[in-house]
Amino acid sequence: MDAFLSYGFLQRALLAGIFIAVACALLGVFLILRRDSMIGHGLAHISFAGVALGLFLNIIPLGIALAVAVLTALGIMKLKEKAGLYGDTAIAIFSSVGLAAGIVLATLARSYNVDLFGYLFGDILAIETSEVWLSVALAVIVVFIVILNYHRFMYMTFDREAAKVSGVKVGRLDVLLTVLTAVTVVLGMKVVGILLVSALVVIPAAAGLQLASNFKQAILLSSLIAVVSVLFGLFLAYSFDLPASGTIVILSFLLFGLFFLVKRVNKVR
Amino acid sequence: MDSSAADLKPLIDVRNISFNYGPIPVLKEVTFSINLGDFLAIIGPNGSGKTTLVKIILGLLKPSRGEVRILGQPVDEFFDWNRIGYVPQKATHVDPLFPASIKEVVAMEFHAVSSHAMRKQDKELSVARALKQVGMESFTSRRIGSLSGGQQQRVFIARAIVNKPHILFLDEPTTGVDTETQEHFYDMLDSLNKKEGITIVMITHDIGIVNKHVSQVACLNQRLVYHGAHEDFCRSKAFKEMLAGGHHLVSHRH
Repeated sequence: MDAFLSYGFLQRALLAGIFIAVACALLGVFLILRRDSMIGHGLAHISFAGVALGLFLNIIPLGIALAVAVLTALGIMKLKEKAGLYGDTAIAIFSSVGLAAGIVLATLARSYNVDLFGYLFGDILAIETSEVWLSVALAVIVVFIVILNYHRFMYMTFDREAAKVSGVKVGRLDVLLTVLTAVTVVLGMKVVGILLVSALVVIPAAAGLQLASNFKQAILLSSLIAVVSVLFGLFLAYSFDLPASGTIVILSFLLFGLFFLVKRVNKVR
Repeated sequence: MDSSAADLKPLIDVRNISFNYGPIPVLKEVTFSINLGDFLAIIGPNGSGKTTLVKIILGLLKPSRGEVRILGQPVDEFFDWNRIGYVPQKATHVDPLFPASIKEVVAMEFHAVSSHAMRKQDKELSVARALKQVGMESFTSRRIGSLSGGQQQRVFIARAIVNKPHILFLDEPTTGVDTETQEHFYDMLDSLNKKEGITIVMITHDIGIVNKHVSQVACLNQRLVYHGAHEDFCRSKAFKEMLAGGHHLVSHRH
């Protein structure tokens, strides 16, 4: 643990990782309860296309990935509404096309190199100071907006019709949630990479939902599990020379397993 | 609300409403009013447009023709939704994994619009009062998914009345609830109507309830085939036609 006090790269990784993990966990609770868990997976693949496009055009890949992810997320929403597609079908379509486009663009850009692998597998330990502040700022904005609309998100997730009658602007909040998810997925890429970012969105939230006896507890527990996963994941990755992204995700899965077992034991009693 | 003014004007004015799902007509030229203090049952066979009509009144669906006015305002322009309480048809199909406590479910109604500036203490008192009115005051910390269907329905009614609405809409509120619980449930609605002065509009298949509790009946079969006092309904042509048609109506003795 002394390493966290001594090494700047670990401090940067921890700072960015914690803020991004909390944003992922907060959104993850709502996405799971809306049966939208797979959207993180789909948007991650789309973000791969955005990153590849950025590398191809030699423009900031993260910025392009953000724009592509947000636009696609809104497109998935419209497709569900207007074309009468099931949500998972729309996600599967865009996910596949995103991955395919990314592969083509990466080949054209001749960028199967360290840069691309960093986005695929995450390189939180190589995060630069400017990236830290950008990530923290975006994560704070995401968390702030979710907290501001927390009760309305909860109401429309629980009972959409009643929420609508009560004056909740469910259409606008759907768009907001979609955009926040896209932003958070792109942020999460930096921590655990495109291939594992959906795990960071889903697993801590799923773990928190095992034991929470009310919604507030679900939010707090999920965030805590996400923070613990990042903190100890980074520590273990540094100590044993393991990839940070995989270690963080495996640790969060172990915590999910533990909470699941505790829930089962409580039920049996 | 100025009660003397409200006595003169209908709370809800439904004018010439027609609605189609694609090419299929569901409602044809339905016109009626709901007045302060009514306990109105909307009945009719399956597919007669009852739920569609309620959704149109609440602004959840747009009619093909006609208009609805709530407290004199077109429903599109109405914004005072805390005067309206609503318990939807699928209220009993609660996700058992949803981690909301009873208290959180009832309090959802307060947070629907940000203009609801109430002190936290006042909100908690209102939630406690609403739960007491429905007999669920000792379940505050329980998860909604851990309750029975009848208990959940009471919680949803508590949520719908926590803002002291002037009018409460319920869509088949006793589906899946046992008979004894239904009786308690309708006694509670009776009390809300007669003692609290809440106007109630309820979709139901239960003729027994129509006979015992309601003051007004609206019978739908795409068109409005009857609207008036419940005492006259059972003698009406509309009632006889419904029974002759073999439509599903529940009847039980009191």
